Amino acid sequence: MKVAITSKGVTLDSEVDPRFGRAPYIVVVDTETLEFEAVDNSSNVNAFKGAGIQAATTVCEKGAEVLMTGYCGPKAFATLEAGGVKVVDDVTGTIREAAELMKSGKVTYSTAANKEAHW
Amino acid sequence: MIISIASGKGGTGKTTVSTNLTLALGDRVELLDCDVEEPNAHLFLKPEIEQTRRVETPVPKVDLEKCTFCKKCQEICRFNALAVVGKQVLVFSELCHSCGGCMLVCPEKAISEVGRELGVLNFGNRDGIRFINGLMRVGEAMSPPLIKQVRANANPDKITLIDAPPGTSCPVIAAMNDTDFVLLVTEPTPFGLHDLKLAVEAVKLLGIPAGLVVNRADLGTDDVYRYAEQENLPILLSIPFDRRIAEAYSRGKLIVEEMPEWREKFVGLFEQIETIVNRSKAQLCANS
Repeated sequence: MKVAITSKGVTLDSEVDPRFGRAPYIVVVDTETLEFEAVDNSSNVNAFKGAGIQAATTVCEKGAEVLMTGYCGPKAFATLEAGGVKVVDDVTGTIREAAELMKSGKVTYSTAANKEAHW
Repeated sequence: MIISIASGKGGTGKTTVSTNLTLALGDRVELLDCDVEEPNAHLFLKPEIEQTRRVETPVPKVDLEKCTFCKKCQEICRFNALAVVGKQVLVFSELCHSCGGCMLVCPEKAISEVGRELGVLNFGNRDGIRFINGLMRVGEAMSPPLIKQVRANANPDKITLIDAPPGTSCPVIAAMNDTDFVLLVTEPTPFGLHDLKLAVEAVKLLGIPAGLVVNRADLGTDDVYRYAEQENLPILLSIPFDRRIAEAYSRGKLIVEEMPEWREKFVGLFEQIETIVNRSKAQLCANS
């Protein structure tokens, strides 16, 4: 299964970045093979508005089935939902740990945003 | 002539100055309350509201029958108000700045405009003095479009006074831009001075002549006077920290009503502004 994880760095040992829209990288990992691609999200880090929406469209385009992150706001959540991407929030640790957690199936999918919208 | 009354820091006395100046000058002026997030000039001027008009700003609506999901609309939007996901186009209309770019780039002409309610405009008058304010819809995040609509209703035959919102961000720029003079109201406190400096820098960028009113002038320190001298900012009026003024304010009364000797001072304030504006216009003509 392909899962997108917000990351502070470009390796499997990088730490999960709790921010979704403004995380420097989004690592897309195959939970079976641990093959991964680190997508540069830096253009979004300083986005004027709607960073979460932009990051969400990126996740959808990369074909991930699940997004793992710390916080996900309402606009990003709506965008992911439209793209059929499920969300797991409050994720911490390394990218590898998050991917293994996903593989183990011991995750709870969010039913709503867990962060207020930004203005 | 258009005069905007701004401050940087909130609560320095913008509304006190603009409402008293309005009443002192009488029916040759109109007052536009552009602090649309919390307008309060009407509490002091007490105009009779004659008309209320709902105003909207255009936002996109996508016809999915025509859409080919090419994402050109998403790419052109600086504010990420459109997201193309699979066979859906999400419109986050609250982020839209109404530039119309998405409509222009859509090759299928699939985008049309619908309205997002910004709030209302209230039109009124007090003894022949024209009054307009804007009141933003609760939940609306962007005030500049509404401020621009308030200003679009200004009468060019009147002296227009604009009560600006506090701060130095987009709403304040919308209230100060294209005015002939910015009257900055400050108080001689460290916080007042700090935010005054930000406001002065913004006014400089806009290239508008400015002057100062120092309110509660006998409080705080003399740093603001030194700063004014350095910056060549004329101090056009000082209002003392006077119990009678505070009492009038607390009852929603104007200083010029309760203490008639102030009428002349506010008229004098206007005359100084008029002189500066005329001088700067003459200079502009000479330079061009």
